[in-house]
Amino acid sequence: MSRRSLRTRAAVAAGRMAGWLSRVTTRGQGSTISGRVMNALAPNALPELAGGQRVALVSATNGKTTTTRLLTAAVARTGEHVISNATGANLTSGIAPILAKAESPGIAVLEVDERVLPRVVDPLGVELLVLGNLSRDQLDRYGEVHAVGDMWRHVAETHPDLRVVANASDPHVVWAATPAKTTWVELGLGWRNDAATCPNCAALLRWSADRFDCPSCGFGQPATPNRLEGDTLVLDGSRVALRLALPGRWNLANAALAVTAATTHFGVDPEDAAAAAATITTVAGRYMAVALPDGREARVLLAKNPAGWSEVLHHLADGDSSVVIAVNARVADGKDPSWLWDVPYELLRGHPVAAAGERALDVAVRLRYAEVDHIVEPDPLEAAAKLPGDDVNIVSSYTPFSALYRRFG
Amino acid sequence: MTAARDSAVRVGLVYPELLGTYGDRGNAVVLVQRLHWRGCDAELVEVGAGEPIPESLDVYLFGGGEDDPQVMASAGMRASRDAIARARAGGAAVLAVCAGFQLIGHSYEAADGEILDGLGLVDAVTRAGPNRLIGELVVEPDAPLPTLTGFENHGGRTTLGPSERPLGRVLAGGGNGDGGDGVLGERLIGTYMHGPVLPRNPALADHILSWIVGELEPLDSTREEQLRDARLHAGSARGLRKWWQERALARG
Repeated sequence: MSRRSLRTRAAVAAGRMAGWLSRVTTRGQGSTISGRVMNALAPNALPELAGGQRVALVSATNGKTTTTRLLTAAVARTGEHVISNATGANLTSGIAPILAKAESPGIAVLEVDERVLPRVVDPLGVELLVLGNLSRDQLDRYGEVHAVGDMWRHVAETHPDLRVVANASDPHVVWAATPAKTTWVELGLGWRNDAATCPNCAALLRWSADRFDCPSCGFGQPATPNRLEGDTLVLDGSRVALRLALPGRWNLANAALAVTAATTHFGVDPEDAAAAAATITTVAGRYMAVALPDGREARVLLAKNPAGWSEVLHHLADGDSSVVIAVNARVADGKDPSWLWDVPYELLRGHPVAAAGERALDVAVRLRYAEVDHIVEPDPLEAAAKLPGDDVNIVSSYTPFSALYRRFG
Repeated sequence: MTAARDSAVRVGLVYPELLGTYGDRGNAVVLVQRLHWRGCDAELVEVGAGEPIPESLDVYLFGGGEDDPQVMASAGMRASRDAIARARAGGAAVLAVCAGFQLIGHSYEAADGEILDGLGLVDAVTRAGPNRLIGELVVEPDAPLPTLTGFENHGGRTTLGPSERPLGRVLAGGGNGDGGDGVLGERLIGTYMHGPVLPRNPALADHILSWIVGELEPLDSTREEQLRDARLHAGSARGLRKWWQERALARG
């Protein structure tokens, strides 16, 4: 767009060149390196790049890439031009090239890392935040859950007119979003082990069924008519059926959040938003099928922390699925896989199971103590090929997943 | 098994909602399973946050926790001080890891700089350090045990009183911050090694169990030993890097 300065235009050109080099040399997909070059050459370019876009940011510990994808599809029903960082590159280096590519004004639906969010709200001129959930993840890198909730809350306190669509069932999210102009939706919370104490006064929270409150300071779940009931979203009294191609209860929660945001903020008809969400079958490699050497297919799922794993396990434990548990502990996975002991792998007793990834031995010891019979095969694909049946699932931490996506995505 | 017991060994997981940030449940699961596999009765007893800690446990596990939950846990533990003291006098064992280790000392420094009282089971004080110590931790134990491996993630520096001795000497990582890690008392271990520590160090798990039930039959621990070897290897790489960096610094 013509309002961009010479410096920004030069940085964008250099960044594109770096991205192109990265792709033709098959070193990567190019978006991150391209953004790094842009940020280095024109560190203050974000406001210029975002000019002309109505920006919605999506963040959460789990589900941010999928929610971004579902919201993008739903918002496209407005007929506006919609752009998004659909591959999950969620640092400023991933966001800048997407904005640089935009050729006309429209809506930008951007996934953002939990810790990057406070830094980009002002530069991007954000008009909507969509906040899902906060739980333990990569403790060696991200630190404690409360710290992220406090950072988000500071954003809301300093932007009291900011529009937010947020999960009313997660105490950390409620704490963070309360000072802003928030539309709540009750999504339920499967994993509560990071929500024992009150984010406001540190007393023990009281949980009954799916609701929480603090007996000490009165902090509690906000009242809202919006809630997810099974696969139905109740939105301002009307009932919207969510018939997703994506599996699991956790994706119903992602979709409920996306449909609520598209409807209440962008004015999309709720049925249209739900229909758009139903067309999504894979999300940047999540739920994609990979071919095994014997002609069968395996499905790839991403689960990188106990909250994500708990949801996936309850989904897989019902059937007779074969399950490959692929875990690395590189920087992007979190270098401490102690969370394996927070996951109820006992639910997989009786299923064919393989321990895989660079930390296959950590997985194997965990499975031994859960009394789950298993094989050990570090290569996730070979592990999948060794398991029987037609419902083979490779559930993977971030870097083994991303290797599969690069190869098959 | 030599010691005669007619009741199940009660392994107490204290305040898992507060002191369970680093897979600490794993330590309880390992103790219970290693007794089950030897044909001994054992049960995992969860003591929920807000409940009094009972006197009737054979092993008290205090795990790692975040700042606010640690403050809540310390209040509950101090309120149950007498019950824990009676259990200790009756032969109960303690494994305290990370925040739990800080809480069994005389005092520790909370996130806001306030000095809070601990249980005082050992003569130790913890203060906030200048940085967080994060990474593989390898410890040569001061006990007839093989080299121990864990993963640490904490900002505390713990000083033991003159009558206390550490669990062992740090070969790689930070530990207490003074070359030692944790504390080794009578039927008591404190350490900064999580991971959790017992799945990675089956000999340490059996050492704790032997305090309760006497001599133990051997148990095939091939898989755990493979994991221990792999983590020791990773830890020694960290030790070598540290040695190389310090050497480079010393040379200028």
